[in-house]
Amino acid sequence: MSEAPNSSNRWRRFGEWDSRPLRQDLFAAENPEAGFSVFRSPHDPAPSLTVEGGRVTGMDGKAAGDFDIIDAFIAAHHIDPAMAAVAMAMDPGEIARKLVDINVPRQELEALARGLTPARLAEVVGRLSALEIAFAYSKMRQRQTPGNQAHVTNAKDDPLQLAADSATAVALGFDEIETTMRVASNGWANALACTVGAAVGRGGVLFQCSIEEAEELQIGLAGLASYAETVSVYGTERAFIDGDDTPWSKALLTAAYASRGIKARCTSGAAAELLMGFHEQRSLLYLEARCLCLQRAMGVQGTQNGGIDGAPLTASMAGGVRELMAENLIAVWLGLECASGNDTRTSESEIRVGAKITPYLLAGSDLICSGFGSVKKYDNSFNASLFNGEEIEDYLVLQRDFETDGGLTPVDEDQVLGLRVRAVEALAAVMDELGLGKVPRERIMSVVFASGSQETESFTAGEVTPISAAIKARGITAVDVVRALAARGYTEEAENLLLMLRQRISGDYLQTSAIVRDGRVISAVNDPNDYHGPGTGYRMPEARWQAVQGIRNVLTRDRVLAVEDIGEAGESDWLLPRGEAVRGTAPHEVVIGVSPGFGRQLHRTTAGHRLEEVVAALVGGVEAGGGTARIVRMLHTADTSFLGLAAARLSGSGYGIGIQAKGTTVLHQADRMPHLNVELFSNAPLTGLDHYRALGRNAARYTHGEAPEPVVVPVQGEALGARFHVRVALLYAIETALTDPAATPVELDYRPPAGADRSDRP
Amino acid sequence: MSDVDLYPVAEKAPEQVRTPTGKPLSALTLEAVMSGEVDARDVAITPEALLLQARIARAAGRVTLAENFERAADLVRVPQDLILDTYELLRPGRARDAQQLLDRAAQLRRDYGAERVAALIEEAAAVYTRRGLFVKRY
Repeated sequence: MSEAPNSSNRWRRFGEWDSRPLRQDLFAAENPEAGFSVFRSPHDPAPSLTVEGGRVTGMDGKAAGDFDIIDAFIAAHHIDPAMAAVAMAMDPGEIARKLVDINVPRQELEALARGLTPARLAEVVGRLSALEIAFAYSKMRQRQTPGNQAHVTNAKDDPLQLAADSATAVALGFDEIETTMRVASNGWANALACTVGAAVGRGGVLFQCSIEEAEELQIGLAGLASYAETVSVYGTERAFIDGDDTPWSKALLTAAYASRGIKARCTSGAAAELLMGFHEQRSLLYLEARCLCLQRAMGVQGTQNGGIDGAPLTASMAGGVRELMAENLIAVWLGLECASGNDTRTSESEIRVGAKITPYLLAGSDLICSGFGSVKKYDNSFNASLFNGEEIEDYLVLQRDFETDGGLTPVDEDQVLGLRVRAVEALAAVMDELGLGKVPRERIMSVVFASGSQETESFTAGEVTPISAAIKARGITAVDVVRALAARGYTEEAENLLLMLRQRISGDYLQTSAIVRDGRVISAVNDPNDYHGPGTGYRMPEARWQAVQGIRNVLTRDRVLAVEDIGEAGESDWLLPRGEAVRGTAPHEVVIGVSPGFGRQLHRTTAGHRLEEVVAALVGGVEAGGGTARIVRMLHTADTSFLGLAAARLSGSGYGIGIQAKGTTVLHQADRMPHLNVELFSNAPLTGLDHYRALGRNAARYTHGEAPEPVVVPVQGEALGARFHVRVALLYAIETALTDPAATPVELDYRPPAGADRSDRP
Repeated sequence: MSDVDLYPVAEKAPEQVRTPTGKPLSALTLEAVMSGEVDARDVAITPEALLLQARIARAAGRVTLAENFERAADLVRVPQDLILDTYELLRPGRARDAQQLLDRAAQLRRDYGAERVAALIEEAAAVYTRRGLFVKRY
C-alpha cells in the first residue's frame, strides 16, 4: 500500500491483497458443535433402515416412535420398502460409481434412490469429487434442454419498469420470471406488471410473484402467476416449526397449487437451519438430504435448492461450494426438477462468482439459476444474485466460450429498445383500460431508457400501493388483462397471455421440469435427459448455437479491414520504390526495413498511429542521434526479427530497424542470431511515437559505439491478447500473404508528407 | 400404448380435457374471450385433467407426484377459503387438538369426497399428537 513505510515489517503484497474484493468475504472454520460441518458431522446418524410388515420401523438410527415430523413423513411417503431392501444392502461405493457410470441409466439410479434414506444419500454423494458431482449431475438432471430463471424486481416496485424488464428478460431467453416486492402490499401490481411484460415478444414464459403463501395462491388463482416456489421446507423439526409449517401443511399447499393449475416447486438449501439456529449439530448435506427426501415424499415436481439464502454461509466453509453442487445432485437423483441455486451473490470476488457458475454451465440444469438477477444489483429485491444485470454479457460470453447452453440468448440494442417501449406502452394501456390510472408519457420514456430505477421518473412504492389494492379488491384476473390488451390493439400480447392461460386447463406444465418454449410445453416427460456418454444428451441445435454466438464485439475480417481503412493495394506517395536495395557503406547509417504491406495495404499501427508519423519519428530519432536513415521494403518476410536482421545486413553501420505495419519493431545488429535482437517493441498497441523516436536515436548512438539505455515500453498487465489478437491475426495475415521468398529488398524514396509528425492527421 | 404417450395432453390428446364449464381447449380463442363467451371460470383445471396427469406421472415412474396430483384433484372443488383455512389449521400450533384436524378431515371427505386429502390430515393428526404440535405459538 502506498502509505506503507519502508520500515514496515510486512511483505507489501499482503497489503495489496487486502484491498481486493475477495477480502470482503468471510470464511468459517469447521465446527460441528456450532453447526459448521459440510459433508459429515460426528453428530450425523449412520445410515440404517428397518422395515417390518411393509412399514418403516427404524431409519437412520432412530426407532419409529422417536421419528420427528420430517422422519415420519419421509418414512411414510418417500421410502419404497421393496426397493429399500435392495438399495440399503448395496455398498455405497458401488452406488457412487453407478452415479458416474455412463452405462448405468438414470432411471435405474432413480429407482435406487426411492429405497435410500437421507443419511445414505448424503454418504454416497459425499464420496464424489467436485468434478464427479458435476458429471453425475449432467447425467441425472431431469429435462434434457437446459433453462434459466430471471429475477425481475426494482427498488420502487415501479410497474412500468417491471413490464419493461420482464419483456427484456423474455428476449434474453429466460424461461421463468420471478418477482417480489419492497413493500408487501404491492404484490398484485407487481404480478400484473410482470404478466403484461412477459407477454411481450416471444411470450410463453412462466411467471411468479413471491409473497406470503396464501396471497401467492390467490394471485395464482387470478391467473397473474403461473408457478410458485415459496414452498420452503427445512431439515430439522425445530426449524420447520419456526418457519411456521409442517410437512403436512406444505403437502397440502403443494396439492392446492396443483388444484389451481399452478406449477410449484419447493425451496430448501444448505445452512437454512444454521441461519435459523436449529441445526442439531448435523452436517449441511445430511439436513439437505432430509429436505429433499421430504420434497419427493410430498409429491412436488421440483425444488429450488443449492444453498439459496444460505449459500453465502455455505460458501464460507471449506468444501462448501462442492456441497452446494452435491445437494443439487441429490435433488435430481430423487427425480426432482432442480432450479439449482446460483441465485445469491456468494462472494465479492468476480473470480469466485465465475468459478461458481462454471460447473453448472458445463453440466446444464433445468434452471441454472433459481433467479439470475436480470436487473441491476440495487434493484434486486431478493438481494443481489450470483449474476446480475451488470454481468449478463459476461455470462453470454461464458456460454460461447464453452459452447454450452446457459439458457440465455444475446440481444441486440434496437430489438430490446423496441420491446421495452412496447411493454411499457402495453402496461399503460392495460392500466388505463382497467381504470387503474393514466400514465404520463414522461414516465414511460424515463423507464424505457433507464438501466435501473435510480434513473427513472416513474411510480414510487407508495404510489403503487393503491393500484395494487384496487387490482386485488376488484378481483381483476388475467382474463381481464387479455381483454384489455386486445381492446387496445395489443393482439399479439393478448394471444401470448391467452396461450399461457390455456396451458392451465391441460395441466401439462405441472409435470416435472416443465417449461413453455414457443408455445409448447417441454418437460422431463417429453424431453427426458438421456445422457449416456459422448454424442448423447443435450447438444445445442445448430440454430441455437448460432444464436449463442451472437454476442457483441465479434470481429469479422471485413469489419476489421473496414476499420483499418485498407484500400486497394498501391504505393503511398511518401514511400516510392526506386529499384533493388544494396548494402550501404556509410558508417552511421541505420536501415529501416519495413514489411510488405507497410504503407501499401496497411496504414496504421494497432496503437492507432499513422505509419507516416511512425516513420517520421524513427527517422527523426536516427538523425537526432547523429545517424542517417535509409528505408527499405522487405518482400521475402513479414517477421519482425527477420525484417530487422535483413535491414541490419543492408546497413553500412550493421545496425538496422525492422518494423511491421501493425507497429511491432525491432532494433537489430548484423552479426546476431535472428532472435537475439538489440531492442524490441513487442507490444505494438502500447508503443507511442516517443518510443519510436527514442529507438531511432538509440540505433544511431549504437553506430557511434555507445551503449544507450534501452527504450522500455511500460506495461500494466493489460490483457493485450484479449484486446488485440483478433485484429493482429487478421492484419498480419495480409502481410504474410504479400511475402515472396524469392523477392529482393526494394529501396524506398522517403518523402515526408507535410506535417508528418502531427498526430491529428486524418 | 403408455399414458406417457398422451403427453403433452394439449398436443397429443386435447379431446381428453375440458374447461370447468365443459368447453374444449379449442374454444379458448381471443374472439371468445372478447365476446364474453369465455371468462375467468374457464381458465382452471378440472379433477379429470389432474387425474389424467397423475396417470401420466405414474407411467413416467413418478408415484409421489401422481399422488400429489390425486390430492389436487380432491381439492379442485374445495372453495379457496376452505383450502386456506385448512392450510392454516395444519400449521403448527393452530389446531387445539387432534380432534379439530380429524373433524376437518371428516368435513372434506363428506362434503367434497376428498378422501386422499382427508387421509393426509388424519396422518398429520397422529404425528402432531405424538410430537406435541398443538401448542399455541401466538
